[in-house]
Amino acid sequence: MWMYTFKRLIQGVITVWFIATATFFGMHNVPGDPLSGERAANETIRANLEARYGLDRPLIEQYGIFMRNMLRGDFGISYTQQNREVNDIIREHFPVSATLGVLAVLFAALGGILWGALTALYRNRLPDYIIMFLVILGISVPSFVFAGIGQLTLVNLNDALGFSVLPVAGWGTVAHMLLPALVLGLGTMAYMTRLMRSSMLEVMSSDYIRTAKAKGLSPTRIFTRHQLRNAVLPVITVLGPAIAAITTGGFVVELVFAIPGLGRYFVQAVQQLDYTVIMGTTVFYGSFLVFMVIVVDLVYGWIDPRVRLQ
Amino acid sequence: MATNKTIRTLRPADFEPLGDQSSAPLLVRPSRSYWQDAWGRLKANKRALVSLYIIIALMIFTFIGPLVWRVDPALQDIDQISIAPGADRRAIVVEPFEAWDGLSGAEGSGFRLVGEPTTQSVRLKWDVMPAAEAYRLYRNIYPPQSLFALGLPLLETNNNQQTAYEDRLDLSPKTYYYSIAALDELGQLTGDYDTLTADVTRVITVNEVRSRGLVENPDALQPGDQVMLKWHPLGTDYLGRDMLARLMAGARVSLFIGLLAPLMFVTFGVLYGATAGFLSGRVDSVMMRFADFVVALPFLLFMILFQVVFGIGPGESGIIPMLIALVILSWPATARLVRGQILQIREEAYVSAARLLGASHNYLILRHMIPNTLGVILVTLTFAVPTAIFTEAFLSFIGMGVAPPTASWGSMSNEGLKTMLTHPHELIFPALMISITVLAFNLLGDGLRDALDAKMRSSE
Repeated sequence: MWMYTFKRLIQGVITVWFIATATFFGMHNVPGDPLSGERAANETIRANLEARYGLDRPLIEQYGIFMRNMLRGDFGISYTQQNREVNDIIREHFPVSATLGVLAVLFAALGGILWGALTALYRNRLPDYIIMFLVILGISVPSFVFAGIGQLTLVNLNDALGFSVLPVAGWGTVAHMLLPALVLGLGTMAYMTRLMRSSMLEVMSSDYIRTAKAKGLSPTRIFTRHQLRNAVLPVITVLGPAIAAITTGGFVVELVFAIPGLGRYFVQAVQQLDYTVIMGTTVFYGSFLVFMVIVVDLVYGWIDPRVRLQ
Repeated sequence: MATNKTIRTLRPADFEPLGDQSSAPLLVRPSRSYWQDAWGRLKANKRALVSLYIIIALMIFTFIGPLVWRVDPALQDIDQISIAPGADRRAIVVEPFEAWDGLSGAEGSGFRLVGEPTTQSVRLKWDVMPAAEAYRLYRNIYPPQSLFALGLPLLETNNNQQTAYEDRLDLSPKTYYYSIAALDELGQLTGDYDTLTADVTRVITVNEVRSRGLVENPDALQPGDQVMLKWHPLGTDYLGRDMLARLMAGARVSLFIGLLAPLMFVTFGVLYGATAGFLSGRVDSVMMRFADFVVALPFLLFMILFQVVFGIGPGESGIIPMLIALVILSWPATARLVRGQILQIREEAYVSAARLLGASHNYLILRHMIPNTLGVILVTLTFAVPTAIFTEAFLSFIGMGVAPPTASWGSMSNEGLKTMLTHPHELIFPALMISITVLAFNLLGDGLRDALDAKMRSSE
């Protein structure tokens, strides 16, 4: 167990290093740089700025400096936002993205498990058909469409009722979070429902359920102790990638609902080629995702004793 | 000596060869290959079949549609901006525009219209208000409720003698509410205001009818005649471009990326995974480690980064960079899958049997490996299509994908979202196209998986 964890962590570190290196060299090969634009008025100013940010040194030396600073957890100062440290940007805006992401994952996981179990129990009856239709819809409609439709409905609803049920956009209170989180989680929820349904159906037809029934266990106990517990396992494995998809996929929702999350800053930084912010966010997100996947794998081994971690 | 009757004396004829008689049981049904069987199962699946028809219809829409509906998707119809499908497109022919002096035809009193309000111009005239030092004129599309919600300021005078205004600002055929408010000497609202309603009608001059070729013989037109403006079956967007033509142009981009990218990365993934699976051992583990790295990359972050790395120059559409980025990032899933399949098939008894019978390497690959992985590959391919379409739409939506003015469903949705509250059709149509396409490919993928995988069939 410990050996396995250690091995996975080492692998994770190598992956993060790979991500950082690939991003670093990819980014520096892009035509243009953060200083082109109105800031560098003439050659002298430009040379001074380059010297200040260390952009005049050979790329490999810059890489060395970057790596050394990264190991100390320092990503430097943003090139385009005056005197703002990348660490500060992450510290201020990641909690917003994370809150939204956690809420969306919660919606997705709870909703997916609940709906999936329901459809399996009502297999080939009306509730099954209705939920599966909604699931197909959830998988096939992009999140920005949901976001748009959600906003439209909310505007009309608020208009019709004469008071604000939920705010249409913005960030701050719990009320601001509900609709964006739901929109963000819908696709994953649909996917998890489908997964839960098929896994539940498989469990329901297995021998130990028949044994449990033969023993005379109550249906509720069979459902909670045997069916749900066993069926949830495959759903948990996709939770890691799902968290990854939701946290990084929040860009659109952040954009539509005017939420000051990290995703928006990342897109902005990429457009302006703000090297330090790009590096900081990529490495941060990369480590976060790699870590999440490892955690989910470990949790999986802990829940399912049949899985031997090695 | 009693002879045993059951033992017959052998005759020479008994030693003749048996001939063509076969002891095998007669086949009652014609034998069907794996693919015939799968096709039969797919045909029995109504949802998958309907999806297949939808996809065929989509192909017709994309490739034959532009031949039938020959409207340039970039052409702007400035008379009809952001109109909904089925909107009224009658226009009344009028005299060419002539500037108004602010006096002629201005009889009457109070805040009033001069002449008919048309899309050419709305002429307004008001009387000098007793306490006013100057005026501010507003236009609104809703009836104004209070002094502070009068709408868009059109004019602010610096004396109280100017009492006429001709509004020509972006008029469309609907009802406008004009308000005139009196200002004091400091330019502050005095609280005195008057509102009137103008029902604007759409008009067109003979010259415009001629230049747009709306009727056969424009010279025979008299003022007051009706002409029909160009027909836009699905309405127009915020620049007055035909939605149907743009949806077709967008379909070409979306499907180009949606079909070609999966085709390319699945092919690469198959080659990569099959090589790793065949060679096995050290090479395999190194190759798969690399695939693991690519999988671990945060997909969306890297898609956005790639868009910048490959760079969209001015005037480029950004389609090719997106294609490359998708291929670079998406192949490992297929590679893993195919490698797993190959490793599994290698250990199957029938492969060992074929080896014992002296089958060559090529025979094993062509007869056993490829046919047995083809089903899985086909299913992967079908499921990769909606993902690629989604990715394109997503990137174009956040403005990092297909660059305007190239139409794609994603970029059209992006534009549509801005005008969603007033003109929902501009968002609904591209969104609907994406959803239907993705839905069809998902259902087809489901159907294919059930049809090709006998194991799936028995469990569900």
